[in-house]
Amino acid sequence: MELLLGFLTGLIWGYIFQRARILRFEKHIGLLTLKDFTILKFLLSGVIVGSFAVNLLAHFGFIHYAVKPTYFLANILGGIIYGFGWALLGYCPGTTGGALAEGALDGFFGILGGIFGAIVFAHTYDFWKEKVLSVGALGKVTIPSLLGVSPALAGIIFSLILLGFCIFLEKKGL
Amino acid sequence: MKNGWSPYLGGFLTGLLLVVSVLVTQKFLGKPKYLGTSTAYVRVAGLIEDKLSSQAKHFSYYQKYKPEVDWKVALVFVGVPLGALLAALKNGEFRLHLIPSLWEERFGKRAALRAFMAFVGGFLIVYGARLAGGCPSGHGLSGMSQLSLSGFLTVMGFFIGGIPLALILYRRRK
Repeated sequence: MELLLGFLTGLIWGYIFQRARILRFEKHIGLLTLKDFTILKFLLSGVIVGSFAVNLLAHFGFIHYAVKPTYFLANILGGIIYGFGWALLGYCPGTTGGALAEGALDGFFGILGGIFGAIVFAHTYDFWKEKVLSVGALGKVTIPSLLGVSPALAGIIFSLILLGFCIFLEKKGL
Repeated sequence: MKNGWSPYLGGFLTGLLLVVSVLVTQKFLGKPKYLGTSTAYVRVAGLIEDKLSSQAKHFSYYQKYKPEVDWKVALVFVGVPLGALLAALKNGEFRLHLIPSLWEERFGKRAALRAFMAFVGGFLIVYGARLAGGCPSGHGLSGMSQLSLSGFLTVMGFFIGGIPLALILYRRRK
């Protein structure tokens, strides 16, 4: 059941990725060179729906959250290392396999590198855990919990802000 | 671009997929599964290391993420590629190539260079994502949808690392 659900979810997502051009090297590098905002528009419209629906459904008890803990330094540092890799590879962990399936053979080397990266991380995890994960470890905090506002309300407001930003992008012709 | 979907449509559908997936996994698996991809690499890394050495399972990181084929492995390594392949074939967009055209414009036709850099990039995105605790799906889509502080910090990191390097690598000076 678990594997079937994962497979079906991936199947649909892969189809969407390909149709919306999210598998293309040029689109990823286009975003990082601030010329083509396809990937950002895709991500933000996903979050517009997600933020609105997830927080509302959680408010009424239909779903639970699975918030990732905040490790201030590790989040930023890991993010930056990711960014360097993103600029070189031009795909992300979820889309590399899809890019390969679309015919981009460099995706194969990206996946090999990714698996090797995971191996090396597993061997260096204790170091990071001791030195870095403890810096700014705030636990599973969310923006609404920090601000002391209702998550459902914050989710709706955040969706509207992102919607406004997307409209701004379109108005500017970006 | 011809024949594809708007990124807003793709993102909207991805947001729906996230919400439906959380609802369905919570109902059938007892725990909500938010979309994310980079731990799939850790599972595969663990499975490979497990084959090579009996010591691997003692690493604390493989105890945190047990080497097994789980929901995310099915999603990332089977579902997404197959979905992307179907979409590419159906729309006549499957095209075998090793070097993305933008890369070729900048760095030429050296296949080994592209393969090596894709490997390094893949290494860094997974290594960085594991340090940060997630990738653009886990921290970006799912994290920001839950308004999680770690999501916003990590996504900021992606761009702090990615934009300067991409501008150095790909910006054309005339």
